[in-house]
Amino acid sequence: MLDKVIIDMLIEGTVATLYMTLVSTLFGYIFGLPMGIVLAVTDQEGIKPNGIIYKILDFIVNLMRSIPFLILLILVMPVTKALVGKTYGSTATIVPLTIAAAPFIGRMVESSLKEVDKGVIEAAQSMGAGTFTIIWKVLLAEARTSLLVGVTIAVGTIFGYSAMAGVIGGGGLGDIAIRYGYYRYESDIMFVTIVILVVLVQILQGLGMMLSKKLDRRHM
Amino acid sequence: MEPIIRVENISRTFQAGNGQVEAVKNISFSIEKGEIFGIIGLSGAGKSTLVRCLNLLERPNEGSIFIDGKDMMNLSQAELRRERQDIGMIFQHFNLLMQRNVIDNICFPLEIAGVSRNDAKKRAEELLEIVGLSEKAKAYPAQLSGGQKQRVAIARVLANNPKILLCDEATSALDPQTTKSILKLVKEINRDYGITVIVITHEMAVIQEICSRVAVLDHGSMVEEGTVEELFRAPKTEEAKKLILNEFRHIKEMRSERMIRVTFGGSSAFEPFIGNAVLEYKTPLNILYANTKTINGNAEGEMILQLPESQEIADRMIEYFKENNLGVEEVDHYVG
Repeated sequence: MLDKVIIDMLIEGTVATLYMTLVSTLFGYIFGLPMGIVLAVTDQEGIKPNGIIYKILDFIVNLMRSIPFLILLILVMPVTKALVGKTYGSTATIVPLTIAAAPFIGRMVESSLKEVDKGVIEAAQSMGAGTFTIIWKVLLAEARTSLLVGVTIAVGTIFGYSAMAGVIGGGGLGDIAIRYGYYRYESDIMFVTIVILVVLVQILQGLGMMLSKKLDRRHM
Repeated sequence: MEPIIRVENISRTFQAGNGQVEAVKNISFSIEKGEIFGIIGLSGAGKSTLVRCLNLLERPNEGSIFIDGKDMMNLSQAELRRERQDIGMIFQHFNLLMQRNVIDNICFPLEIAGVSRNDAKKRAEELLEIVGLSEKAKAYPAQLSGGQKQRVAIARVLANNPKILLCDEATSALDPQTTKSILKLVKEINRDYGITVIVITHEMAVIQEICSRVAVLDHGSMVEEGTVEELFRAPKTEEAKKLILNEFRHIKEMRSERMIRVTFGGSSAFEPFIGNAVLEYKTPLNILYANTKTINGNAEGEMILQLPESQEIADRMIEYFKENNLGVEEVDHYVG
């Protein structure tokens, strides 16, 4: 059953899954991190409260998060087509994955930044620090452990989403699992892909947690 | 000479649910350069809001604040940030950056001020020397004791050579021994660098230890202001009496009908006035509590006396003490 063709296909699938997950996480943060920062900063309790900006962004984030991923996949196909040129394959899947991940990452960043001790922020203000300095040197620096835990969670979630994209020919391990396990009843191949998925998630989670612990100076 | 801090009729109101809370009500005061000025009040009196008005962490709704002649309320954001570098602040919970080590914490205000990395490091090392923590340069705040953390915070606050130091309950999270050492350090800073210090506290002991003048805050209003000796000898308002007598709570088991608190300065300490009173009126007096304190380098004594049952003799004794220039007030309402 596990001949060279299948093994090559599984390796290729694994690489495609990792490629989709990591690139989408990166893009997710490119959009989600600023969103989270703006949410935390413009919040009523933030360092530059702004009710209008907060409410608009809050609404957009909630709206995007309430669309189920499978529907989002289909919904954004025109955008995907315009950006990538096709709607199937791993690269095309990065578009809906990023759109789904960004608001969710934004929320996690927001909550991480809100955990930063108000007293430390006040101390920075009393020293004459401006908004940008506080964001960069206080909020992001002090919340780094929590932010890294967030990255780990984001990677895990996007990983799961990427497998779901297999339904519409998204490429990667999810795609293989659906094609062999669901359409062709070759459940042994599906089983192997599940094992690979589980192992990959474990490794990614373990790495993320290890890194965030290593960088935490709050407990000695 | 223009006082370094001049506060005129400031008020700060907060919106709380449906109502408004007036945290600071129409307060005015001035502080001269080089003073250590205390602001005392029970929790909720508005001390923290008042001190935050001085560097505009809280913006008063009304009134004006002049720091070194500069009208703080009319500064642009950039000017205000520049001005804040001259007004250091230390806090009850130290507020150090937990993810940075000690030396980098001290470098932080220098980074804000745009000092180069090398110069900042050098300055931070000097400051660590001053606060006596050179060996902890590479430690993280989580590895330090409360007193050590406050020392780091003090080093950090000194980095930009401030003109003013605001201490917001800076010793309230520390044990009495550590409190003493931190207050000593603050006093040295005041003396050696001429930094004007404002101390916010709910503890009379802190005021007596380092302040020259004191203001009493109650429900957002400044009810009394004067030298620490004046407040110690003759507190005028109910609030001030409460704060001073706070430390006698433990003698409530011994409370009796009529008690007085007698205070006396260094010179009267030589007069055996209790003995004289007993001899004069042929009636014994009971001393419930006695203590001497150093206020601004002068010895000040205080006693809580239980007066005889006879009203007449008691009144005459009070008269006698007053004639001898002792501070006298009845305290039975306050103790216990």
